[in-house]
Amino acid sequence: MEMPVPRPDILARKAELIDRLHEVLPDDAIISDPAETRAYECDALTAYKCPPLTVILPGSTEEVAAALRICHEMGVPVVPRGAGTSLAGGALPTADCVILGVSRLGEVLETDYDNRFIRVQTGRTNLSVTGAVEEHGFFYAPDPSSQLACAIAGNIAMNSGGAHCLKYGVTTNNLMGVRMVLMDGTVVELGGAHLDAEGLDLLGLICGSEGQLGVVTEATLRILRKPEGARPVLIGYDSNEVAGACVSDIIKAGVLPVAIEFMDRPCIEATEDFAQAGYPMCEALLIVEVEGSDAEIDEQLALIEEIARKHDPVELRQSRSSEESAAIWLGRKSAFGAMGQINDYMCLDGTIPVSQLPHVLKRIGELSAQYGLGVANVFHAGDGNMHPLILFDANKPGDLELCEELGSEILKLCVEVGGCLTGEHGVGIEKRDLMAHQYAPQDLEAQMAVKDVFDPKWLLNPAKVFPLASSDARRVA
Amino acid sequence: MTPDTEAELAEIIKTADGPLRIEGGGTRPIGRASNGTRLSTAALTGIELYEPGALTLVARAGTPLAEIETALEAEGQRLAFEPMDHRALMGTQGTPTIGGVVAANVSGPRRIQAGACRDFLLGVRFVDGRGQIIKNGGRVMKNVTGYDLVKLMAGSYGTLGVLTEVALKVLPKPRSTGVLRLEGLTDEQAVTALCRSLASPYEVTGAAHLQSGENAAPVTMIRLEGFENSVVYRAGELQSLLADFGAFTLDTDPEKTAAAWTHIRDVGPFQGRTGDVWRLSVKPTDAPGVVADLPGAEAFYDWGGGLIWLLVPDGAGLNARKIRAAVGARGGHATLIRGDRAQGAFNPQPEPIAALQEGLRRKFDPRQILNPGLMTAAEPLVTGGTSEDS
Repeated sequence: MEMPVPRPDILARKAELIDRLHEVLPDDAIISDPAETRAYECDALTAYKCPPLTVILPGSTEEVAAALRICHEMGVPVVPRGAGTSLAGGALPTADCVILGVSRLGEVLETDYDNRFIRVQTGRTNLSVTGAVEEHGFFYAPDPSSQLACAIAGNIAMNSGGAHCLKYGVTTNNLMGVRMVLMDGTVVELGGAHLDAEGLDLLGLICGSEGQLGVVTEATLRILRKPEGARPVLIGYDSNEVAGACVSDIIKAGVLPVAIEFMDRPCIEATEDFAQAGYPMCEALLIVEVEGSDAEIDEQLALIEEIARKHDPVELRQSRSSEESAAIWLGRKSAFGAMGQINDYMCLDGTIPVSQLPHVLKRIGELSAQYGLGVANVFHAGDGNMHPLILFDANKPGDLELCEELGSEILKLCVEVGGCLTGEHGVGIEKRDLMAHQYAPQDLEAQMAVKDVFDPKWLLNPAKVFPLASSDARRVA
Repeated sequence: MTPDTEAELAEIIKTADGPLRIEGGGTRPIGRASNGTRLSTAALTGIELYEPGALTLVARAGTPLAEIETALEAEGQRLAFEPMDHRALMGTQGTPTIGGVVAANVSGPRRIQAGACRDFLLGVRFVDGRGQIIKNGGRVMKNVTGYDLVKLMAGSYGTLGVLTEVALKVLPKPRSTGVLRLEGLTDEQAVTALCRSLASPYEVTGAAHLQSGENAAPVTMIRLEGFENSVVYRAGELQSLLADFGAFTLDTDPEKTAAAWTHIRDVGPFQGRTGDVWRLSVKPTDAPGVVADLPGAEAFYDWGGGLIWLLVPDGAGLNARKIRAAVGARGGHATLIRGDRAQGAFNPQPEPIAALQEGLRRKFDPRQILNPGLMTAAEPLVTGGTSEDS
């Protein structure tokens, strides 16, 4: 993966930069020892590493602003970092950058159950937002699978989703307001406890901008009352086509499950070996979950079963208890771990129109055979967000490159059938150079024009999202 | 000018030598009026793709909203954000278009639970102020590929570009609707009750309070939607939860419940009456206080209090500055929907945000020809300007 050449003039001013940062930050908020900055050399896309010039961990919005002002004046690039769980390299440093970590910003600032929001500092983890409100029976809906570790800052930067977004939406649908620092140190407030923008929807623009428009230090998040209950049904089919048709029929029937998860045979086999969830060996497994009171769940599941039976399932198992629910979810939740056990893998994140599911799975099978690398599919079928896992051997020379090549073929396929490169992980560096497959030059130009307005010197996370060649002139300027 | 194709529209903008007034169906004259040449998307019509099994619909911007609603109805689906029909309130004629709905981010009572128009917008095509055709987003429900210009375009009132195509997420239409109703609550009590209902697990999809309902008494309304048994069950649970306010009655008659929410959605209480109409977005529990600070105005509440519709009769002694001060003191914003358009409809913004918005407009429309000034506020935020005092 190509990254911009570090600027020697910035490297040469490291000492001056650190001195100036010490004027506005406490000593322990600055990490410049190379042995310690190594902890920040990559995120969850571990194939790529580069220690930053220095790392700062500000403890307040004011400290963030003061530090950014200095970096802005000195022309030093800044890479904001949440918890470093990005699968797309969104927090990958360059050698001439300052990593700005929000890990010290973890406070809950306000909870308001009458108006159903929580205001937090953005270093707080996703799961601990729910943790702060669950004793009152509330939760924060977006639930990326890294939710134990990932920070709200990163969720906002990548507009994270999760398994339950079919019903509850993704981060942008649950984000009501932010306090954000622009690259020049200006602090702005967007949105709040009320709804909808008062001018142009800048909040909607910020969410998913991958840390390129500003550093979000506080967020007002919508919280919801927990449903009375939830229960899944497990449905197995002999072909992907039939499973895909079943998903479509469930959606058409007017039931809105909270999640529809899909696993294909390679994934079922791997997870069975690993977790022994008792899944049937078949071509395609669906886990469909609905919510409500017991009676409401029974009614919805009865309807789903009726639809599922029309497609002649090889297995249909409705959960009758919380133990059975846990067993049904066990395999799905351990799928990634299971894959990690047997292989190195790369997790893709393209989204496709649900109607293209059978075709895309067939093509992925063909590509997998052609490249000689196994691909297992586990994904959110209700919204078409695929997660093909490409299995490779990191110790085998050339395998990573082969895997990346297959990955980009699969993502191009997603775009070809009317989908997109990334549904919830973000572009980062991983899909940066594929952007031209989804967008024409003027489409990318329009997006880059937004960055020009928020960060005219292109100092915030500059080498991400856009193909380097297309952002070159701006980054050098 | 009413171009038949996107390419033609792009050519018109590219070669325009003066300001353009962008119009869909022309039914929502909100914001400062522009004197530019009329450019209408009304001839860019047609549903291009509708996949009920994928909950996705793609249509050209000038497609009449009614055509889309009919197509959805046939498959038992709908636009969940419940866009308002402005005609009766504004006294306008014409055919509302889907492009107009998106350009103004028009959302109705269900916004409180399901989300706004912008939350259902999956993709856009538009022509910017240079005449370039630009696309963003797509037709799939989860998409974080690049910046979300889709949200930016929703509610930009044609000031960044002219929408030519929109892709929307649609949802199944529930099988039944129930409305819980109680008369006689004060504004404070009503908002407390509505907030409690919205904070319950019973999936309330409408929460409104009228100071004066059909019997001239105040009426508080809570909507539930879903399977019939489920609606009845949740209504029962809510009646217990709200028992200290009084005995809510349940109505499940399809026509009556639909009419009741159309009345809220289309601002029925203020139709055909004189005076300025304002739309205030606030934190729900702040709403009664905001209204109390504005004596002389008539109000009703949607979104559990989060949306205040305000009718300011002539001579009530209330102007934009007073209204915005009442809202601004607590956080929120006020938009003039009907009234003297010269005074500017939109809330003034603090300086750094105003600068970002202006910067975006200059990037997308460098010649400032697309609805110039439409979203401009009448006065800066923190000055003693008196333009509305006269």
